[in-house]
Amino acid sequence: MEKADKKTKSTEQIAESKGHRTQGTKKEATRDAYGDALLELGKKRKDVVVLDADLSGSTKTEKFAKAFPDRFFNIGIAEQDMIGTAAGLALSGKLPFASTFAVFETGRAWEQIRQTLCYSNLNVKLVATHGGVTVGEDGASHQATEDLSLMRVLPNMTVIVPSDGNETRQVINAIADYYGPVYVRLGRAKVPMVMPDDYEFKIGRAYAFRIGKDANIVAIGIMVSIALEAAKILTQEGIDTGVINMSTLKPLDTETLLKAAKACSLIVTTEEHSIIGGLGSAVSEFLSESHPMYIHRMGLKDAFGCSGTPEELLKHYGLTEADIIRTIKTALKR
Amino acid sequence: MKHLGICRERDVTFLKKQAKLVRIEILKMLALAGSGHTGGSLSAADIVTVLYFSKMRHRPDEPNWKERDRFILSKGHAAPLLYAVLAMTGYFNISMLKTLRKLGSPLQGHPCSRVLPGVEISTGSLGQGLSVSNGIAIGMKIDNLSSRVYCLLGDGETQEGQVWEAAMTAAHYRLDNLCAIIDLNGLQIDGPVSKVKGIEPVAAKWSAFGWHVIEIDGHNMEEILNGLDEAEKVKEKPTMIIAHTIKGKGVSFFEGKVEYHGMAPTHEELEKALKELGKSG
Repeated sequence: MEKADKKTKSTEQIAESKGHRTQGTKKEATRDAYGDALLELGKKRKDVVVLDADLSGSTKTEKFAKAFPDRFFNIGIAEQDMIGTAAGLALSGKLPFASTFAVFETGRAWEQIRQTLCYSNLNVKLVATHGGVTVGEDGASHQATEDLSLMRVLPNMTVIVPSDGNETRQVINAIADYYGPVYVRLGRAKVPMVMPDDYEFKIGRAYAFRIGKDANIVAIGIMVSIALEAAKILTQEGIDTGVINMSTLKPLDTETLLKAAKACSLIVTTEEHSIIGGLGSAVSEFLSESHPMYIHRMGLKDAFGCSGTPEELLKHYGLTEADIIRTIKTALKR
Repeated sequence: MKHLGICRERDVTFLKKQAKLVRIEILKMLALAGSGHTGGSLSAADIVTVLYFSKMRHRPDEPNWKERDRFILSKGHAAPLLYAVLAMTGYFNISMLKTLRKLGSPLQGHPCSRVLPGVEISTGSLGQGLSVSNGIAIGMKIDNLSSRVYCLLGDGETQEGQVWEAAMTAAHYRLDNLCAIIDLNGLQIDGPVSKVKGIEPVAAKWSAFGWHVIEIDGHNMEEILNGLDEAEKVKEKPTMIIAHTIKGKGVSFFEGKVEYHGMAPTHEELEKALKELGKSG
């Protein structure tokens, strides 16, 4: 397992960041960090069982499967049945992690998640990979761009989107110690390490890299690293811009959000997801009642994904650092 | 809480008497609620009576006893039946039955495990209980428990695709500690199952999916007991008991009537039904 503390410190840290940030030099997909974290968790806790729906090679649960074949259950291409089986294992006192691609886990089995997991409030962890358009060439059928919305609407559900490998490892350990259904969205593509070395993930607590006086970007998942790059350039150009990693989408850290909102005149949300129902909606819902202000939502504008390289797709859907910079400059002129 | 007449023996006379009392409680609570599922609660009454009063090892005063046998009501609309046996075996006071479907009652229209002890999992959306039963059965095997899982499905319910996903999972993992039962009463809301979307040949389907299949008369106590005993002896395979039943069984004017799938008896119908049940047996 690769360790964060072995990485060299970057000189490109965002000014005033609370801790040190080891960034840029190494990239890791959050799904790879999950595979490692799950294996480690399996060594520590005998009650951990893992289910997959014929995608263990891609979701990286195969590492656990190889180490603990008696605690791994491949349910085949049957996501609905996988959710029910995980529920039954939880009822037997086990701690099930059920993984597949995000679009199948949350879409194909949504009503099973609603009825059997959330309504009964069972201790099942849904950790899905292949969230967002950076899935790439496989196209819209395999790109989950509605999953956050689908999971956020369910009572009892907790929704988390880690931004890098180190945060992912912390998330997996944190949800293992928490009782209740949890949805974690991970990505396929490699992403830079963005969180500081001394960062401690806590469910429901956002991380403010810094709070800007002009604008604040609320980002989630892979968009955190892109937002940091955009904020750096904007701040250099005299537009004081902060970044908040809202890795727990539900429950939303309204305290940090309110602090950021009160400090600036513009909030921009950015997510590799539809602008309907996800981070942009969650932030807008809260601020419209507590601190009405101008909020610009960046994400897929009521559209499906498509095939292309991850880089091409981020550009195509207006989710690059340049898009964020342009959006903020335009919005501030309003 | 007192144990109200759980009998681990094969006392057919006792079980018949209990099944009649279960039917009376079902009808009374449904008439008071003014809505609910009469037909499918009555059709499975004998099977579930045998499970709770004779076959299953369970402790009403210790609902979470680790070694208990589990009952999953996949056809959650038969909630009144589950509530009747839970109350009668001592999980909660029988007077609670009159709160069925009322605001604030733990006796929700369909079973909710968060609010009512004895309900293993919330059901009501069809097709999900067998997957949950598989998960419990796998968990029992991991823990080397000799406990068993019983899962009751409706016949119309097997039109749900997830049932067949679960059928494959149970066979693949050789869950011989699982016994599912289909309440084959032949009717669903929109009409006869054969007309809505036929499910035959039922036995051949389950057999082809790798299950040990037993067919019984779901109203004959001896056959129910024998079927459950046989299932316990099967190794390396899950068992499916196909129980041939009559929807609305026990009340002549409800029997075989599709309209009583989701309709509660009126107070007049209740009186008539109670008289009929009083005369029988």
